[in-house]
Amino acid sequence: MSAVNDSMVVARRNLIRMGRIPEMLIFGLIQPIMFVVLFTYVFGGSITVGSSTSTQAYREFLMAGIFAQTVTFATAGAGAGIADDMHKGLIDRFRSLPMARGAVLTGRTLADLVQTALTLVVLAVVALTVGWRTHENIGKVLAGFGLLLLLGYAFSWIGALIGLTVRTPEAATSGGLIWLFPLTFISNAFVDASHLPTFLRHIAEWNPFSATVQACRELFGNLPPGFNASSAWPMQHPVWASLIWSVVIILAFRTLAVRKYRRAAG
Amino acid sequence: MPGAIYAEGLVKTFGDVRALDGVDLDVPEGTVLGLLGPNGAGKTTAVRCLTTLLRPDSGRAVVAGVDVLGHPDAVRRSIGLSGQFAAVDEYLTGRENLQMVGQLYQMRAKQAKARAVELLEQFHLTDAADRPTKTYSGGMRRRLDLAAALVVSPPVMFMDEPTTGLDPRNRQQLWEVIKQLVSGGTTLLLTTQYLEEADHLAHDIAVVDHGKVIAQGTSDELKARTGGERVEVVVHEREHISTAAEVLGGFGKGDTTVEEHTRRLTVPVTGGAKLLAEVIRELDSRGIEIDDIALRRPTLDDVFLSLTGHVAEEKPEGNGEQGNKQGNKKNTRKETAK
Repeated sequence: MSAVNDSMVVARRNLIRMGRIPEMLIFGLIQPIMFVVLFTYVFGGSITVGSSTSTQAYREFLMAGIFAQTVTFATAGAGAGIADDMHKGLIDRFRSLPMARGAVLTGRTLADLVQTALTLVVLAVVALTVGWRTHENIGKVLAGFGLLLLLGYAFSWIGALIGLTVRTPEAATSGGLIWLFPLTFISNAFVDASHLPTFLRHIAEWNPFSATVQACRELFGNLPPGFNASSAWPMQHPVWASLIWSVVIILAFRTLAVRKYRRAAG
Repeated sequence: MPGAIYAEGLVKTFGDVRALDGVDLDVPEGTVLGLLGPNGAGKTTAVRCLTTLLRPDSGRAVVAGVDVLGHPDAVRRSIGLSGQFAAVDEYLTGRENLQMVGQLYQMRAKQAKARAVELLEQFHLTDAADRPTKTYSGGMRRRLDLAAALVVSPPVMFMDEPTTGLDPRNRQQLWEVIKQLVSGGTTLLLTTQYLEEADHLAHDIAVVDHGKVIAQGTSDELKARTGGERVEVVVHEREHISTAAEVLGGFGKGDTTVEEHTRRLTVPVTGGAKLLAEVIRELDSRGIEIDDIALRRPTLDDVFLSLTGHVAEEKPEGNGEQGNKQGNKKNTRKETAK
């Protein structure tokens, strides 16, 4: 029981912090909002997806990609937060207390999950104002957001490991972000992956990130007319692929991060 | 029976550096051991090993009757840790910090809340209780940090350089708090680079250098080991220096040193105050007028110098305290990262 209680105590601590540093949430929103605007109005007119050339089709196609990219940025938040705790000596304080070993990291990632949810709400509102619409029932739409949250939660565990590994919050922020750009761009997030060169196309199709994007497009009813999903397994069964990827990432990175956290403590 | 804090042959290496090179410690229940040494001597590493934060490469440690390597969680229930590396959350208020620590010591929320109120009162932080701690002064933060270590009134406390970076007034205040705590029966291991601090707070002092305890004893014992006392005389007239030197030579156990321009003569002696009286009588009978005479006992500085061949308080690079703190932080970082 103590593992649950301790995680909640730490999560609460991180949420209080987030409330006192609202800049973090606000800056976290600026980039995705900028992407919505840029892709919708700047690139939107020249990118075609499926057989449709309407800008509305791309707008709807785009949003799942931006939502997914946004949730993966939780990596940087979790990483920077944990690196900061290391740097300031809070991790040592926690380690000297008789608390559950994984609780410091679980608490942090749960708090990030709350932040991710808030970010998604704001972003969805922005998306609706620029013309994004869903065409499936509410249950499916919510399931799509559930998959996005799960992906964000998985990526915050990657961030936790990065935060425990690098020495400073600055390094954790850049270390948490640089690889996210290729990861999120070599995917189906912004373009129809079938137009990519073969080599990149394979990466994009098996990219864990692409699975969630494709799943959300299906669940939101945002696949453009005439869009041919690739025959790769994750693109044919994106909901399953997304679930499996996220769970695998959580299990793997949670194990590594908790081990790293305890290692010095023995 | 081993003491409340016991260590035997602790070794910890970081790469090529032997941070701990076989440290033995034994702190009887209810006493204070001062771990004294310069930056990088291994004090912090020793505390980190004893508080379960770092696993030693070899050796054995028992804290509050529990084997540290075998049952780290049981040890954590019985210890409080405060100092340069165990921090408080700067965005949480003092009250929130203490409540959080209480809950992580497995107290119920209500109990943790009540305990926080008590501690805030005890450490004179009630007025600042609901302000984020980043608005606190250095002294207030240290007090809160100490309060956080005392949430469960642990029988064994570790303080790593509790007053480094504090001004003299805040240092005095913190010393009072620590003394009160110890008078309540808590066993305390304290590291410091300040000789005065060890002298002031600790029953026993272990001098650490290059990862080893090179001497241990009470402050008086250590001073006695260094080889006693000196008589210092300042004569009034410059022409009396040679006669005075002759007199002192008769009493001394070693060579008399003379500083011409300050007219100061110093000679090592044994025999204490009684001998001092004899020296004064003899100087007087020779008609030598003196401005000042004193029996000087060795300071811990002298002790450290004679034990290690270098002074204890190494001047930090850069500008004073700040450079010092950064240096410490870097040490800690390195240890954490491995």
